[in-house]
Amino acid sequence: MHTSFLSHAGGRYFWLALVLIIACCTAYLLDEPHQAPNGGTWLGYTLGTMGALLILWLLYLGRRKRNFIQGWGTVRGWVSAHVYLGGSLLVVATLHSGFQFGINIHTLAYVLMCLVIFSGGYGVWAYVTYPAARNELKRSQTLDDIFMQLEDADGQLKREIGSLAADIRGVVTSAIERTEVGGSLWAQLAAVDHSKVIIDGVVHANPDQVKVVSWLVQRLTIAEGAESKKLAGVVRDYGARQKLLRVIRADIRFNGLQEVWLYLHVPLSFGLLAALIAHIVSVFIYW
Amino acid sequence: MLEVAVIGAGPGGLSAAARCAELGVDHVLLESSPKIASTIQKYQKGKHVMAEPGILPLRSPIEFDAGKREEILDNWETGIKAVGVKIRYGAEVKSITGEQGNFVITLTNGESLEARHVILGIGLQGNPRQLGVPGDQADVIQYTLDDPDEYKNETIAVVGAGDAAIENAIALANHNKVFIINRKDEFARAKEGNLNLMMAAIDAGTIECFYNSAPAAVELLEGQEFRANLQLKTSTGEANIPLHRIIARLGAIPPRSLVESFGIEFPNSDQNAIPALTSQYESNIKGMYVIGALGGYPLIKQAMNQGYEVVEYILGHDVKPADHDLLANKFNGLPYDLDVDGVLALMQERIPVFAGVNALQFRELMLDSKVLAPAKGAAIFQKNDYTNTFFTILEGSVDIEINAQLRISSGVGSFFGEMSLMSGRRRSATVYAGDQCVVIETPRRSMIKLIASVEAVKRVLDETFIVRTIQQKFAPNTPIAELQPIAARAKIHQYQPREVIFQEGDEADTLHFIRNGSVTVSTFIDGRDVVMSYVPANTPIGEMALLGNTTRTATVTAAVKTETISIDKASFNLLLERSSGLKERLQALVQERHAQNVALQSNTESSDLLSFLMGQGLGEATDVLLIDEDICVGCDFCEAACAATHNGTSRLNRKAGPTFAHIHVPTSCRHCEDPSCMKDCPPDAIQRGGLGGEVFIGDNCIGCGNCERNCPYGVIQMAYKTEAPDSYWRWMLFGLGQKPGKGKAAVVGESSFKQAVKCDMCKDQHGGPACVRACPTGAAMRLSPEEFVDLVNVVR
Repeated sequence: MHTSFLSHAGGRYFWLALVLIIACCTAYLLDEPHQAPNGGTWLGYTLGTMGALLILWLLYLGRRKRNFIQGWGTVRGWVSAHVYLGGSLLVVATLHSGFQFGINIHTLAYVLMCLVIFSGGYGVWAYVTYPAARNELKRSQTLDDIFMQLEDADGQLKREIGSLAADIRGVVTSAIERTEVGGSLWAQLAAVDHSKVIIDGVVHANPDQVKVVSWLVQRLTIAEGAESKKLAGVVRDYGARQKLLRVIRADIRFNGLQEVWLYLHVPLSFGLLAALIAHIVSVFIYW
Repeated sequence: MLEVAVIGAGPGGLSAAARCAELGVDHVLLESSPKIASTIQKYQKGKHVMAEPGILPLRSPIEFDAGKREEILDNWETGIKAVGVKIRYGAEVKSITGEQGNFVITLTNGESLEARHVILGIGLQGNPRQLGVPGDQADVIQYTLDDPDEYKNETIAVVGAGDAAIENAIALANHNKVFIINRKDEFARAKEGNLNLMMAAIDAGTIECFYNSAPAAVELLEGQEFRANLQLKTSTGEANIPLHRIIARLGAIPPRSLVESFGIEFPNSDQNAIPALTSQYESNIKGMYVIGALGGYPLIKQAMNQGYEVVEYILGHDVKPADHDLLANKFNGLPYDLDVDGVLALMQERIPVFAGVNALQFRELMLDSKVLAPAKGAAIFQKNDYTNTFFTILEGSVDIEINAQLRISSGVGSFFGEMSLMSGRRRSATVYAGDQCVVIETPRRSMIKLIASVEAVKRVLDETFIVRTIQQKFAPNTPIAELQPIAARAKIHQYQPREVIFQEGDEADTLHFIRNGSVTVSTFIDGRDVVMSYVPANTPIGEMALLGNTTRTATVTAAVKTETISIDKASFNLLLERSSGLKERLQALVQERHAQNVALQSNTESSDLLSFLMGQGLGEATDVLLIDEDICVGCDFCEAACAATHNGTSRLNRKAGPTFAHIHVPTSCRHCEDPSCMKDCPPDAIQRGGLGGEVFIGDNCIGCGNCERNCPYGVIQMAYKTEAPDSYWRWMLFGLGQKPGKGKAAVVGESSFKQAVKCDMCKDQHGGPACVRACPTGAAMRLSPEEFVDLVNVVR
């Protein structure tokens, strides 16, 4: 049966990471070097070597997950190991440093590593949280399905306003034409709505379509007879359209929050690799 | 009087007529359409036509080799001209009367011809159904559409509501004003994709649809802008459309009724049945011969060979069939001093199940079959293998090991492997070769064809299936002979999808054993049916009430097309008596089911999920890809992995397909028990095999697209092969080449053509299906039906 990457193989890598952490901590506590604990002691070198190898192996996930043909094990297993062993790296590297920090290349590598780990930690949380949230939001439909419903709703509204007064046609048509979704990264993450509407020849902001809804409701109070009945239908359908737009925006936002961490995690990993090389080279040069 | 009248200018008819012409036999070739080979004319432009089976030599005065449609048709045209074939186009046969030496062939135009012998090579496509209104012979009406781009700026009416009509109308609407004339008020027969396209086109106004309308007359308009006027009868009165062209896509009249009207007999009403023929292709009417697809030979080369041979037979020449050497090779190692015909006769004599098969069919069966001589003790197949070929014993014996306690020996003339053949499920026993054993292995497709056309074969297989099932499942220690009386009273039932097998509260009088298909068990709670479980093939149902002597406690409904074997109460009690331990075993099964039912009864969501999965055809699946939407991050690695491991084309579409709760059924092969795709594959390229039971398409696919059309789940695509992906490191470090998982589309050239592709369950990959292995979060899973209930339980 299926399990998430967190519980892969009964949490095998969680336990492995835990054992690794306990072993490192025990070694650190038992070790009594002649100097203050640091990367240069026997244990420091051991932990440093382990950390560096771990980093290389963690980076290799980028290759493994794209190797569809020969890859060893499953990607889920690799991700599981990546998450738990990546987390344990925080302990391994911190113990390697012996808590000696400064303004230098070594601490830079450490800081970059922390940023990578924390962004990855956020990623785990996002991967566990957002898919279910998005599925619930969209009620098991795809985003394409909802865009199709929006298209239908637009068509329906355009047909409905065909026989209504020019001012109503102008407002609804311009609101449909100037509806915006997505946009910049920030607009996506914050679900900012830059939609506009033209009322009496003036362009107004129309966030969450409220400007149009309130205008339509007001207009409804002065409509009479058959127009009133038709306009009530337009108000109802415009409300439905507004709900669809909310779902679309929320889903785009969730999608952004689910994926945005990768834009930090991956470049920072390469930054870390560079800093790590500099750290190792400099240590050996200044021995 | 003519010596030979050949009807139908397809590959078989052309070859027969050409051989007549070559030998100077007085003949005529009658073709109802205006061109030769109307079926091949209908192929799309430039289509690559294959020359399967590759091992069979061609024997015909006209040329044929794999190549483009146009080249093949050109070759045939020149071929028949060169030898001087007398062909008449537009000559549609209405009736044939008379007897050998004096047949009278009447054409639809009233003309009649006389001939001593008749060769029927009319294929299976049938003639297109005509409009059937005054003026329907006018040349503004056409029944096919080769190239939609040929027509521009015309007004065209497409008559019909099927897929062909919709596809034509949509293609024509790009450059023309198109009307579609639909007799009904909806497009009920169309595929969903086509339906959506049509609805969108009608909404957008690019196609205008006349619903509830039928053509009433066609009048030609002379010297006007429009060439004709189509008069329609609509629900609101009469309508007239002035137009340039009418395309009628009303389907075809199946040739069977026409052929039967000539007096040719079919063995039964099964739509796959083929007329009984002698080894010289002669039908039950002396002097009337049947060749090609109509006689059960769908491939071009076979039909052409038969065309040649049949003329030789008519002339009384003793020629060996083209497949003679192939059979001779196959029989090479056999310990008999007999020629091919002798060996075939011996086989039919020794193996009773084949006794009632006519010589021609048996020959064909042996061409498809393998003759094996396994060493003593070697396993012919293993229990739980997913193969489904059928075996008969020609020499020696085999040992059938059903379980550690039960080993049965089977001798010359008997058969085995029929259980998997019938149920489409895994092998239920391991079979070991005995001393000096020679067995014949026949592929499933050939056996299914045989069962459909020879009643006796079906009966023998059914009877054996029943008695062996009873022995294996209920009374493993009781000899077959003692079970015969019980088996004789057992019956086979067929149920359509959603047909009720028995209802909650009914009196329990029978036990059913599911032979193929699957069922759902539901109970009525709070005013609605709650599905509690799913029961796959090879399992008994209804034993609960029978054991407890109560009424039915649940309703059992066929999830897909299902066959069961029923055993009545008296026989069941007899079985309980004769087989020690059966009662205990059944009681244990009942207990397990009770527990499962109670667990599911209380939960309507899981019941709904189970119903949803069944609704998606998972009841006939043997292995299906599902995605847990609550874990899926939408990375599409499943698709990329599939493409990377399969020549650049992903065989699954993650986004497509429905979702219920959070279980998504992507568009991907379900590996059905009785695959619809396998039913009509001319080169027999779709096979089932391996431990996973995967259904896969071989390289000998001729690209005909039958399987794509027959698959009810839309999981087969026609695709070009693509080149292997580029190096990862070049892409990663320098941005060169293509991203992994995206193959390069091959150049559409002379030799490349589209073949059918579908999921093969990564049978050639180490470590199992790439889609599941590449999923980073664990959302993708592959399940067999037995695991659905677990899934539903876990999901809660």
